[in-house]
Amino acid sequence: MRYLPLTDADRRQMLDVVGAGSIDELFRDVPEAARLFGPIQGLPMHAPEMAVERHLSALAAKNVPAGSVPFFLGCGAYKHHVPASVDHLIQRGEFLTAYTPYQPEIAQGTLQVLFEFQTQVARLTGCEVANASMYDGSTACWEAIGMARRITRRKRTLISSGLHPHYVAVCNTMARFTGDTLVTGTPELAAETDIEQLIGQIDGETSAVVVQYPDILGRIADLTPLAEAAHAKGALLIAVVTEPVALGLIKPPGEMGADIVVGEGQSIGVGLQFGGPYVGLFACREKHIRQMPGRLAGETIDAEGKRGFVLTLSTREQHIRREKATSNICTNSGLCALAFSIHLTLLGEKGLRQLAELNHARAVQVAERLAAIPGVNLVNDSFFNEFTIELPVEARPAVHRMVEQNVLGGVSLGRLYPGSAALANGLVVAVTEMVTDEDIDALEGALKEVVA
Amino acid sequence: MTINQSGWKPAAPVQGPGDTGTITGNRALMLEEPLIFELDGADTTGVDLAPAPKVASRLGGLERSEAIGLPGLSEPETVRHYTRLSRQNYGIDLGLFPLGSCTMKHNPRLNEKMARLPGFADIHPLQPRETVAGALELINQLAFWLIDLTGMHGVAMSPKAGAHGELCGLLCIRAALEARGDAREVVLVPESAHGTNPATAAFCGYRVENIPATSAGRVDLEALKARLGPDVAAVMITNPNTCGLFEPEMKAISDAVHAAGGFVYCDGANFNAIVGKVRPGDLGVDAMHINLHKTFSTPHGGGGPGSGPVVLSEALSPFAPLPYTAKTADGVVHLVEEEQAEAFSQEHFGGAMQSFGRMTAFHGQMGMFTRALTYILSHGADGLKQVAEDAVLNANYVLRSLEDVLDAPFAHSGPCMHEALFSDKGFADGFSTLDLAKALIDEGFHPMTMYFPLVVHGAMLVEPTETESKAALDQFIAALRHVAERARAGDEALKSAPIYAPRRRLDETLAARKPVVAFRTPAPDANKVSGLNEAGGQ
Repeated sequence: MRYLPLTDADRRQMLDVVGAGSIDELFRDVPEAARLFGPIQGLPMHAPEMAVERHLSALAAKNVPAGSVPFFLGCGAYKHHVPASVDHLIQRGEFLTAYTPYQPEIAQGTLQVLFEFQTQVARLTGCEVANASMYDGSTACWEAIGMARRITRRKRTLISSGLHPHYVAVCNTMARFTGDTLVTGTPELAAETDIEQLIGQIDGETSAVVVQYPDILGRIADLTPLAEAAHAKGALLIAVVTEPVALGLIKPPGEMGADIVVGEGQSIGVGLQFGGPYVGLFACREKHIRQMPGRLAGETIDAEGKRGFVLTLSTREQHIRREKATSNICTNSGLCALAFSIHLTLLGEKGLRQLAELNHARAVQVAERLAAIPGVNLVNDSFFNEFTIELPVEARPAVHRMVEQNVLGGVSLGRLYPGSAALANGLVVAVTEMVTDEDIDALEGALKEVVA
Repeated sequence: MTINQSGWKPAAPVQGPGDTGTITGNRALMLEEPLIFELDGADTTGVDLAPAPKVASRLGGLERSEAIGLPGLSEPETVRHYTRLSRQNYGIDLGLFPLGSCTMKHNPRLNEKMARLPGFADIHPLQPRETVAGALELINQLAFWLIDLTGMHGVAMSPKAGAHGELCGLLCIRAALEARGDAREVVLVPESAHGTNPATAAFCGYRVENIPATSAGRVDLEALKARLGPDVAAVMITNPNTCGLFEPEMKAISDAVHAAGGFVYCDGANFNAIVGKVRPGDLGVDAMHINLHKTFSTPHGGGGPGSGPVVLSEALSPFAPLPYTAKTADGVVHLVEEEQAEAFSQEHFGGAMQSFGRMTAFHGQMGMFTRALTYILSHGADGLKQVAEDAVLNANYVLRSLEDVLDAPFAHSGPCMHEALFSDKGFADGFSTLDLAKALIDEGFHPMTMYFPLVVHGAMLVEPTETESKAALDQFIAALRHVAERARAGDEALKSAPIYAPRRRLDETLAARKPVVAFRTPAPDANKVSGLNEAGGQ
């Protein structure tokens, strides 16, 4: 078997050294009754590379890759172009096959990358510090709520109706078991967000307000008044960003007063991959650093006085603090953080801005084209690269009918909010730099047909 | 705007043993590399984009007014920056990486190739189901094989890593207890458990109590039985345990826990030792996470991403998180989300499914599923069994080859499983596991897991895995023997190790006392920067 270097002669020789007559003697602690002697039932026997490739390729061929059709899906995962050098560099064996940098003298590569990543995330979000990544945006969101609870010692959190419903679901799952109270709602197909309403709900029991920016319908609202209102009552503002490319163009939540900014980093450097692995971003104010979850790379010096990096403040973490840790997270998204960081380094400030401008401009063009279709109504006043339209028909079947015309035309709100009749005609359309003029024509044509 | 205001310059000449230093601070192939923030990249970009068409902005008046402070590099500079950094890392591709309980085995490149097929890498999690049939089939295939390998009833695929899997298992247990109106508050965890176990139990609202180990390194069954009662929701056991030993009383432990109305969670971090040899389902386990990034060879990537599917017993399967995939009698694989859950449960499970909810935004770590399935197909049923056997043989070979120079506290009780545990007993006064580990770095090896498990003084947990040749093991054993002898003899030079690594020992106390976790651009007038951003001067 190609992954196993030991020969039968090696095995015999090694058994002699060990003093065992057979391999089975080494498994003698496993009760005889539970031991398996033949190959495991249900699995095939080992296979050569080409046979495995054939099997996987056949499965892959049953899917429609985003790059093969006019593609307009967003809602938490975005199709952006990833430069070829990103995927090359993350496959360097020294990055790909390294473990968590517990031995810093031989892990400076990973540690410096994480330090650079943390700085990039902090600057992009307008915060002072960021950690070395979480699993994804949704789990980072729950961790932020937990962190706010530890800081404020309150257990009631207001969640904007504009937060991605799957993120809300993740938080609801956890809150059910931790005793946190989450106040949630369903968005309205309107240009206005629920910020005014949230401001009215903040009281002395409120731990935090969670708001997505841009929100699930693509709307952008100034968070400043919300931050001020939260702070006036001793609550924190948690901002959630699912499309970080937007931050190349719009004000970062940290600048508007957000205390914790979490996000999904997938759209920079990480492919769609059917939902994972992605990379959770987690940034906050420096004064709260000791309440942060997850790993942190920090600067220090070595015995010769040279600058170097280590994992730091580990007394927050599970391997030291056990049940008193700020989180149970151990493995995070290191390699995706590397991809994010490389892509952002390639872009730089200039490239990120250009990319964001291109996304926005293309989205504005598409929004105008679609809004001109009779019966189609653009919901948003403001948006970045994603907006919601209201169709004269139910959006969910419309999406499937567009598939028949080889167009992946958007995410129907019926898929995200199955019970809601008021949202059933809503379609969220994302437009990135990948969209061509032909793609737009195809979307317009398909949509005209399904609303006719 | 200039980003490089730090006045960074090459490190001052470094005096090494017998050398005169270099003006760059580099030493041939060992290259110093500044931070991206210290390279003058304010106006550089390595990406060419089409110009944006002119449109009226719809940003709601929220345009950024301040610069972000992100440096950019051209493609050649970028490739060089990260390539240079990569060379300061140790990885499995370079050599044996014997981190105990981490299963640092070879990462097959076929896995990488398959995960990058556009049909897997380039599909959106919210695409209409008819456009992702192959992805659902893959998830379902992997799910069934994980069930076959573990002898369990169901599996939750969405957890993102081991600790997330633990969370999933405990939430299933909690939901199952709530469903029968049984509020229990305590989770029992052995002293030797991974830190994630107690952290996870606390994270979902349980009180954690420790259970002791016997002198043979196993769970103390009598102490456990004495503590069981109506307040104990679950016992979290690692098997094989973190001392590298199989828990021979596992079935008795499970039976006792079940008799007291609780559930058994098994930490599957060490599954590599027993894959194909014994099925946790036959030992009474109710839930166990499987680290695809350990047993099933997906790369660790410097700390992640992982993937932690959780196999579940019949009693816990109905509570598995959404979304899940399931194959029905007609052979079709369904993706079940919140909206279909009730109807699907009625139609196919007689209404038994009562999912506790969603744990993550989408379907879990698809990229890792693809790699793990590729690995399972490559090895097959016969190869996976050989994996466990070779992993256990390699660990025992290390154990028996070194027990004369390193104290092996549990070696008397018989063979180990996939990892060999040593202690610092016998080292000269003032010499520690840390000294030995750092000396091992100079010998060209990544050290073993240190100071874990906590039940052994100065613990060294060595897990060679099955993907090491005998020659590689022999060289590692010789190196470890050499540094162990030096530690026993009290060789003072050990304390200055490592000497040949990119950095000498790093000051972790300083890092924690004054945390600097982001690069700060110094004020423009502070050209003579003091402090850490310009470390390197002697």
